[in-house]
Amino acid sequence: MEKHDGGDTGKVRFDDPWYDALASGWGELDGTGAPASAVPAARPEYEGRMGGTADVYLEVQRSAAFQEVRRRYRRFVVPGVALFFTWYVGYVVTATTAPGFMARPVAGAVNVALLAGLGQFLTTFLFTWAYARHARLRRDRAALDLRWDTQELTRNVRGGER
Amino acid sequence: MTGNHQTLALLLFSVFVAVTLAITTWVSRNRHGSAEEFYAGGRLFSPMENGFAISGDYMSAASFLGVTGLISLYGYDGLLYVVGFLVAWLVVLFLVAELVRNCGRFTLADVVAARMSERPVRIAAGTSSVTVSVLYLVAQMVGAGSLVALLLGGTSEAARNWTVIGVGALMVIYVSLGGMRATTWIQIVKAVLLLSGAMALTVLVLVRFHGDFNELLRSAADRSGHGEAFLAPGLKYGGSWTARFDFISLGLALVLGTGGLPHILSRFYTVPTARAARRSVVWSVGLIGGFYLMTIVLGFGAAALVGPEAVRGSNAAGNTAVPLLALDLGGGVNSTGGTVLFAIVAAIAFATILAVVAGITLASSASVAHDLYASLRRRHAKPRSEVAVARAAAVGIGVAAIALGLLARDLNVAFLVGLAFAVAASANLPVLLYSLFWRSFTTRGAVWAVYGGLVPALALVLLSPVVSGSPESLFPSVDFQYFPLQNPGLVSIPLGFLAGWLGTVTSAEPPDEAKHAETEVRALTGAGAV
Repeated sequence: MEKHDGGDTGKVRFDDPWYDALASGWGELDGTGAPASAVPAARPEYEGRMGGTADVYLEVQRSAAFQEVRRRYRRFVVPGVALFFTWYVGYVVTATTAPGFMARPVAGAVNVALLAGLGQFLTTFLFTWAYARHARLRRDRAALDLRWDTQELTRNVRGGER
Repeated sequence: MTGNHQTLALLLFSVFVAVTLAITTWVSRNRHGSAEEFYAGGRLFSPMENGFAISGDYMSAASFLGVTGLISLYGYDGLLYVVGFLVAWLVVLFLVAELVRNCGRFTLADVVAARMSERPVRIAAGTSSVTVSVLYLVAQMVGAGSLVALLLGGTSEAARNWTVIGVGALMVIYVSLGGMRATTWIQIVKAVLLLSGAMALTVLVLVRFHGDFNELLRSAADRSGHGEAFLAPGLKYGGSWTARFDFISLGLALVLGTGGLPHILSRFYTVPTARAARRSVVWSVGLIGGFYLMTIVLGFGAAALVGPEAVRGSNAAGNTAVPLLALDLGGGVNSTGGTVLFAIVAAIAFATILAVVAGITLASSASVAHDLYASLRRRHAKPRSEVAVARAAAVGIGVAAIALGLLARDLNVAFLVGLAFAVAASANLPVLLYSLFWRSFTTRGAVWAVYGGLVPALALVLLSPVVSGSPESLFPSVDFQYFPLQNPGLVSIPLGFLAGWLGTVTSAEPPDEAKHAETEVRALTGAGAV
């Protein structure tokens, strides 16, 4: 996966009239309790240009708006996958290499192994909740705007045949 | 076993068949025969409906019968399956569901072929999808066989074979007449039935132990004859290092396999948007997680109340632990309660098998028609409607699954599913992840990734103790066992990823920047999604 600089792409552009019109319903908060920072609009960056649909996708891919959506997706998913995968593999490897440790009783008949197994259930539910929340608050709106823009552009390029 | 519960179970099951056939007829009353309709049910299911349908597709006979059986026989080691089956959904949710919904149309190959030279990639991905589906189907057929053996007293060989054939025939009818829309409704009905059945049994088990989970565990451990060891890992997969590596291999296959199962991937195409696909996964994580928590209680409950001896006596692999538990919970062999509960559970398990089988058959017939047939047919041949080919393919796959199901009937269902997961994780997941996330991925890399995972996975199973060289294997009389592990995942999954990387770096053709841009933009925004 290529690296890219996510530096100042997340700045809010309140002076963009096109963006403002759509941003009116944006009351949702991000994880920290502050309003989710806006993603810059994609369309003004390549309005009025001509080329094939392949160029449209390349252009959108390079746009700051798209890079911001991708950055937000990866910044959540990469650590998330690393975390739950390590935790799961660690659990499986411990169960096979250290059965003595797993058999250690904790309370009554419940031992470390059972707690770890139920812990896997719990973390799966938590990860699911966190991912859905992150996607809903941080990605959905921007992705929808981009989808709209991209489809507009490809339609223009194809000369309205769709 | 008396005749009463058999009659009642058959009656309940006939009701399910009648209802599902009615659904099939109802939803196909004015079908247009379009591919959109047949493969994806018109893409207008709600996230909740699809969430139930996904869990219906996923909570197979393997979980209900196989895993509970393993827990009742081996205690904690059976629990690993459950954890792996559930954690796997995080891989699907984070990396697969939304992106696949945005990029593809009907199958896994759609996602990969969008970036690559279409023909070789479609043939490769289509082949591996069909292979995985057939393996998974065999597992379900074996489950059906052992269930009916229990129902009819385990004596009649012919009855068992006819059941497997009957299940196969029914699923072909569902799929070829009703397509995705009928299949989805059958999954939803089945998921509700299965969850209610599991919930009723769980409550009864907990009531029997006065709500004391600790007491349940203690009784299970005492009755098992293993004592405390029953509650710790190591009974099935302990001791030798071979067994331990088998356990790790299985764990990897389970967690990585789900994202490559064709019938799960095709479920994401039945909802309108990626957001709906995500919400359906959230629904199914909740439903599936709840269900597996209940199977843990049921497995330990079967160990405590039925006892491993009785479970093993009925079916050596443990596949019939839950129906036996139901019989006991209802009040024993000759009581009315026991008869009724046994019949209900048997009918639910049967419905489960039938529904899962229908889902897999549909997904694999889509792979045959949409990927293989579309790529392999001669240019001059008269083009047939893809849907007609898919209907014919459903029949062919049904026949293959019936034949293999009759052959493999003495293997544990959960274990067979583990094999299917290993092949899916080795052949389907690497190519899917590479094409979604790797900029330089090429056609050669894609083809190598599929075959580089598929061929080693299948070869290692052939050379494993499952097929030959031990008293429990398919062909105990011959010995060509060279690979020590039962589950190939530990070796074949890395090989799949390695082959994809190797094929890409040695490939002469440069990666197509524009196609990658298109895939990435479409995957993350949904632009141009159907």
